[in-house]
Amino acid sequence: MERKTTERKTTDTTLPNAVSNLGASNLDLETPDKPYLDSNELILNMGPQHPATHGVLRVILKLDGEKVLGTECVIGYLHRGVEKIAENRTYTMFNPYVDRMDYCAAVSNGLGYCEAVEKLMNVEAPPRAQYIRVILTELQRIASHQLWLGTHALDIGAMTPLFYTFRDREEILKIFEKYCGARLTTHAFRIGGCQYETYAGFEKDVKNFLAFFPPKIDEYETLLTTNRIWLERTKNVGVISGKDAIALGVTGPVLRASGVKWDIRKAVPYANYSKFDFEIPVGTNGDTYDRYLVRIAEMRQSMRIVEQAVNGIPEGPIMAKVPKVIKPAVGEIYHSIEAPKGELGYFIVSDGSTQPYRLRVRPPSFVNLQALDLMVRGALVADVVAVIGTFDIVLGEVDR
Amino acid sequence: MVEKYKRQYGSGLDAQTYLGQNYFSVDRSLIPDFLRLLRDDEQFDYCVDLTAVHYPKREKQFDIFWILYSFPRNERVRVKTQIADGESLPSSVPIWPTANWLEREVYDMFGIRFDGHPDLKRILLPDGWTGHPLRKDYDILKQDKEWVQINLGIESGQ
Repeated sequence: MERKTTERKTTDTTLPNAVSNLGASNLDLETPDKPYLDSNELILNMGPQHPATHGVLRVILKLDGEKVLGTECVIGYLHRGVEKIAENRTYTMFNPYVDRMDYCAAVSNGLGYCEAVEKLMNVEAPPRAQYIRVILTELQRIASHQLWLGTHALDIGAMTPLFYTFRDREEILKIFEKYCGARLTTHAFRIGGCQYETYAGFEKDVKNFLAFFPPKIDEYETLLTTNRIWLERTKNVGVISGKDAIALGVTGPVLRASGVKWDIRKAVPYANYSKFDFEIPVGTNGDTYDRYLVRIAEMRQSMRIVEQAVNGIPEGPIMAKVPKVIKPAVGEIYHSIEAPKGELGYFIVSDGSTQPYRLRVRPPSFVNLQALDLMVRGALVADVVAVIGTFDIVLGEVDR
Repeated sequence: MVEKYKRQYGSGLDAQTYLGQNYFSVDRSLIPDFLRLLRDDEQFDYCVDLTAVHYPKREKQFDIFWILYSFPRNERVRVKTQIADGESLPSSVPIWPTANWLEREVYDMFGIRFDGHPDLKRILLPDGWTGHPLRKDYDILKQDKEWVQINLGIESGQ
């Protein structure tokens, strides 16, 4: 009985209190239509620590909902002053540094640098060295494209290709490791040729890879080429016309996917590429899907080059007559190669001393990245990830 | 092509070849008209690279290089001009949009200003950095100590 009375008592006393202790109102009664979420533009920071930016790239996005109105790239997080270092090292000492720019394609960087210095000194690597260089550089192109394919597909949401490409890339890295002891930053070439003769079984290893790899490319294609999700995410995404690509200085597979049939290996042949028979794959739409197809086709073409090179590799010396101390005459030279990412150029000014007076690297990733803004305008946030991936940028090279 | 421009510009232009590579040395006053001419009349539609070299002992301290390529002609050419420290150049962004980042890099590394550039600011180094590292008087170990201490919270970046 008593319990019941207490309960009634509490209810009676709290009720008036609950209404009287309400506090001040924050409601704006004057303008009741003011929306809680307004529809202004949103500035979003993507990166520098973001898994889909392939390193430390920061992209500032201006968004209207999901739609991208504009972007700005903030780069330089990986700047190490490679060009300044070059001025303070001898030509020979600087050689390993170039591997650290595009660390996914170190062999290609080394080839470009060695050839540029050779050109400045007016010497040429002997034929056997040229063949070794071409074999390794083309294998590197395949490895670089494999790495690109795996990570690009992963960005878009297809996880399986990553495991497939990394599994197969291992075979190429094994050849590099056996040849020069390193897998990534290889320092495979020297000014004037190659330091190392090929190991016993090099040709067999390369030929084994030639037999091993073509079915693997088919395997990648079964996963992606006709995959509906892949098509939806890449077709008509990040479109750039051939004209815009040229105006923005875009090179490499990105340019070729826009229908410009231009490859430095054919246009301005270096090493001994003019001896080999291969085609330049081109796309038509200039979208992300075409860039995928172009790179897949390039892997097949690289296999053709490697096959011809390994079957035609001549005997002979691997080093040209190059003085121990490299002192090119006063002058300047620009030499560029078709790196996996595009035109990789070296502009070297010599003052006749043992160190370059000025060494400028023309990095393909840096220049290509400029086209990002044009390619993602009007697209969705998710497409930005796809477009960053499609460039195949390496921040070590963008920032140097 | 060379003869035509030599006649047109006289002593302001010189054409040379070194190791099979052609280049024009032109007077600062011919920029950007000459560059525009190369693009429009000679089809040099692709600006490969734009860079500078510092010669501190010279009166005109900087060499500026444009490396150009023509897709229709399959030909490369370099254009080179000299400017003094503190002098600026007209931007070539209206001619080749790709020059945008390249000019920003030259500004960042050498402190050369380009008039008419849409957004001339540092690109590789942080915005608040002082000094231009690729100048010859900038030692390899030099850094903006104050910036490093304030922003990174460490004594030295070396």
